[in-house]
Amino acid sequence: MSRPASLHDAAIADLAGITARHPAVFRALPPARLRSIALFLAAAGLLGYGLWRLEFAPARLASGFGQLVHFLGLMLPPDPGSWSRALLVLRGLAETLAIAFLGTLGAAAIALPLGFLAARNTSFNRLVHFLSRRVLDGIRGIDALIWALIWVSVVGLGPFAGVLAILTSDIGTFGKLFSEAIEAADRKPVEGVAASGGGRLHGIRFGVLPAVLPVMAGHVLYMFESNTRSSTIIGIVGAGGIGLMLSEMIRTLEWGAVSFIVLLILVMVMAIDAVSGRLRAALIGRR
Amino acid sequence: MATSLTRLPDDRLSELLDGYRAASRGPRRRALALALAVAALALLAGRVAEVDPARLLEHGGAFFGYFDRITALEGGGGRVWTDPAEWFWGWHKWLPLLGDTLLIAYVGTALGAIGGGLLSFVAAANLMRNPWARGAARRFLEFCRTVPDIVFALVFVIAFGLGPVPGVLALAIHSMGALGKLFSEVVENIDMRPVEGAMASGASWPAIVRFAALPQVLPGFASLALLRFEVNVRQASVLGFVGAGGIGQDLIEAIRKFYYNDVAALLLLIILTVMLIDLGTERLRHRLIGGMESRA
Repeated sequence: MSRPASLHDAAIADLAGITARHPAVFRALPPARLRSIALFLAAAGLLGYGLWRLEFAPARLASGFGQLVHFLGLMLPPDPGSWSRALLVLRGLAETLAIAFLGTLGAAAIALPLGFLAARNTSFNRLVHFLSRRVLDGIRGIDALIWALIWVSVVGLGPFAGVLAILTSDIGTFGKLFSEAIEAADRKPVEGVAASGGGRLHGIRFGVLPAVLPVMAGHVLYMFESNTRSSTIIGIVGAGGIGLMLSEMIRTLEWGAVSFIVLLILVMVMAIDAVSGRLRAALIGRR
Repeated sequence: MATSLTRLPDDRLSELLDGYRAASRGPRRRALALALAVAALALLAGRVAEVDPARLLEHGGAFFGYFDRITALEGGGGRVWTDPAEWFWGWHKWLPLLGDTLLIAYVGTALGAIGGGLLSFVAAANLMRNPWARGAARRFLEFCRTVPDIVFALVFVIAFGLGPVPGVLALAIHSMGALGKLFSEVVENIDMRPVEGAMASGASWPAIVRFAALPQVLPGFASLALLRFEVNVRQASVLGFVGAGGIGQDLIEAIRKFYYNDVAALLLLIILTVMLIDLGTERLRHRLIGGMESRA
């Protein structure tokens, strides 16, 4: 340890010289540092204000966490209670998957033409492009749960309302993703089609579509994964799927059944993720 | 255009055409089989989900009629936007609720980012050598992000009582799961040289994380947390559906009790807020990422 020690001694001996040569390192608080400290303090202050304003009282938190631990104890082991209820749970899961599948498929089918309208390079003119963008943004701004509420009041309770809710809320997302994929597509095939006498639609069909279809299929699979998650909860407002049963079990404090349902949801979501992840990897590989 | 295009002789053309057909037959067949499989699955799913096109045709008009209803003044006399004072009669109670919604999203995101940030270092393969600790952290994060936040909210409402507290905690736990995974991917992509340097000089694990890893990942963390904040604003607007605070409480009441104009007002407020937040965070993220690139 002699060399570092002697280096240290040498540095200490020449402290004045080093300070003179590297003033920036030795300034107590450089402005960039000061700014990040101020930013951090502001963020922490807002967090503190939020905790106060939203009524985070230590006593309430303590009793709440005590309750949670109690519930967790009751959740083990997962137990549906009866065979008929276990069957109901399985039926709910099948419904959930069906809602996610149909919602995703329908939304993709409707969003495909919208994507071309909202893409700068294939839209008719700037106004159509701008308007379709804003409409898609508006649709995306409303959560699937709100769409579910609206559709329930239109077609009544049941999974059909769920399908329509997922479909509506996904049109916005797909429209945006598709239009971005179309805008990112290579222009040269379109020019080639135009040069050999093809019209505008030919250009889209033979120039753009083959390039963007694999990208779009990837997005569709990804949204299917995401939708299996969202369709587990839209049942809370009566739009079908496992959510209705789950919220009922929570509200009636049947914790064994709750953990059983949550466990099955986890398994289902992970299985779907694995399958669709494989398909997506295959798609990218083939491209 | 005086020049005429040179055209191939017909026999040569038909030969080319045959070649094209033969080459595209395989992919075409595969596409057809795929389409049939998807259609069969869709039919099956349609049965399970009780899809009823007739009902949609019958009531489909009611969907657009709904938007017609919510934008027509209930007292009669035109559209809601002709009388904003009447339309937004409840602004003095909605604006604070909207503020609370944003605050719920912010506090939930902040707590989730703190928790996810701490766990991400444990879940990252390059910093945590112990496979058991790493596996445990990863499984825990997986659980937190797979269970939907509204399910957490349902449970927490029972444990903590009605109000924004269960909403914040639900968002925090779900965000922790989602952010923890993304954060750990950022951590796994850091430059390992500072880490090795800190390790060689005998730094403890917390010191390695603080001085070698944290400075590299902070901009990435901040950018991802901002993205999550956008998502959480949307989520916070519906947490009120299960009694977990925010503007969702008033929205579900308005929808359920058919206060049409209130529905329109609240939806507009939510959409505008979400759009503004999206724009704002996008600016911030571009600045963050730009700063990161200029430093690199």
